[in-house]
Amino acid sequence: MPPAISVTDLSKTYASGFQALTGINLEVKAGEIFALLGPNGAGKTTLISVICGLVNPTSGVVLVDGHDNIRDYRAARARIGLVPQELTNEAFETVWNSVSFSRGLFGKAPDPAHIERVLRSLALWEKRNNRLITLSGGMKRRVLIAKALSHEPTILFLDEPTAGVDVELRREMWEVVRGLRESGVTIILTTHYIEEAEEMADRIGVIQRGEIILVENKQTLMQSLGRKQLTLELLEPLVSLPNALSDYPLTLSDDGQALVYRYDTQQEHTGITGMLEELRKAGIQFKDLHTEQSSLEDIFVNLVRENP
Amino acid sequence: MNLRGMAAIYRSEMARTRRTLLQSIVSPVLSTSLYFVVFGSAIGSRITEVAGISYGAFIVPGLIMLMLLTQSVSNASFGIFFPRFSGSIYELLSAPVSYMEIVMGYVGAAASKSILLGLIILGTAGLFVPLQIAHPFWMLLFLVLTAFTFSLLGFIIGIWAEGFDRLQLVPLLVITPLTFLGGTFYSIDMLPPFWQGVTLLNPVVYLVSGFRWSFYGVGDVSLAASLAVVVAFLAVSLAVVSWIFRSGYRLKP
Repeated sequence: MPPAISVTDLSKTYASGFQALTGINLEVKAGEIFALLGPNGAGKTTLISVICGLVNPTSGVVLVDGHDNIRDYRAARARIGLVPQELTNEAFETVWNSVSFSRGLFGKAPDPAHIERVLRSLALWEKRNNRLITLSGGMKRRVLIAKALSHEPTILFLDEPTAGVDVELRREMWEVVRGLRESGVTIILTTHYIEEAEEMADRIGVIQRGEIILVENKQTLMQSLGRKQLTLELLEPLVSLPNALSDYPLTLSDDGQALVYRYDTQQEHTGITGMLEELRKAGIQFKDLHTEQSSLEDIFVNLVRENP
Repeated sequence: MNLRGMAAIYRSEMARTRRTLLQSIVSPVLSTSLYFVVFGSAIGSRITEVAGISYGAFIVPGLIMLMLLTQSVSNASFGIFFPRFSGSIYELLSAPVSYMEIVMGYVGAAASKSILLGLIILGTAGLFVPLQIAHPFWMLLFLVLTAFTFSLLGFIIGIWAEGFDRLQLVPLLVITPLTFLGGTFYSIDMLPPFWQGVTLLNPVVYLVSGFRWSFYGVGDVSLAASLAVVVAFLAVSLAVVSWIFRSGYRLKP
């Protein structure tokens, strides 16, 4: 089975001379949820636009399920559903007509039952006869998703899918996306809600200044780049750290009530056992302890900072 | 061939026509009727026959052409400009439809509407003046060719235009003057010799002349010249459209 998306040496320089993408190589496996993270202007939307045929690449090759997206554009594009970032639509059309139009445009025979399923799954069924211009922002976003799903794509691009969507609805949309993945649809999403990537993605790619700086399984990424900290809440406040503990990366909180121990989960020896042994020897007792793991957001911020 | 895709575009454009029935059908019919009342009946009754035809009947083909040209251009240009303006063109460009299918969908719908309009105006004209159509086949051929050609021109303008003002510019500054000076209301042999020569540079003269010939068997220029100009115009428009899509001009950065 070929990868859902395979991008080789892709570069894009706009007519203005702005180089939006530089030598992108990327593979998205069939059936996974791939999250593309990057700061504003990093090239996320340009990359999606090139894959979907909205922007001409300067050089490089894009294969969609093994089909060249330029030479064999019909086969490539028929597999893709695209949900753009901007809320764009035909304003005066009704939800039903707009979604049915998309299905026809992609060359599929009319299937009212499928359109109904899609509209119901996105809580749009009640609004099917409303004109798009009368809908709220969150509903317009869902109409765009419905349009993308109308032609039963096997690969779905979601460019900032939950921007401007309230928290409850966002959770519902995640459920829809998970449901799609279960039915075998490959999903590529860009997001600036890192929580979203953390929640949804199987793999994560980070793009920075038009270059992919990292592609990794989410679990591996969070383990390998994640830092942990152990906080010990002391029974008796300390004025200073005992000398025996000075070799450990320990810090004493300002009020002397807590000790914070930072360690890297990548290391084989985290030194926790030794540190606790020394604490016991020094007669320091603690009433509680907890650990915190850095979130994907921290990892992302660090990565982007390290690759200026 | 993605026939379903093409049909989807065509149908959605025709649905737009139905939504805006008043401006797209009723208003051109109304304004043409006014032309008949003013030029045909009021002024026309003071004008003797032109080329052996009553003045009211003489202007019918020209008026239909006037509406055909302006409506084809404005309808087709708006049809493709609006998705560009609203951003919904992303869907068209990411769909498995070929450029020709996109053009056929949009231009076909715009031309269908113009042809329909032309026939309605023809029917309306029949209420005001006695009509005769000497060559119905040629009449339809000119109607269809002109509608397609100028819908293509409109499509090009809709892609070129960067704002609503530009969208109006060509119909207002080019099409309308050329039509008025193209023998809509007069036969060009009524002009002084110098202006006759200048008028022959106006392509609309050939369209109006050919169309009028199909009604009354008389024209300012030969049928062959009329047909050649329409076909040449069509070929140039097709070449420009195919260049637009190959280069991605204003569509694909």
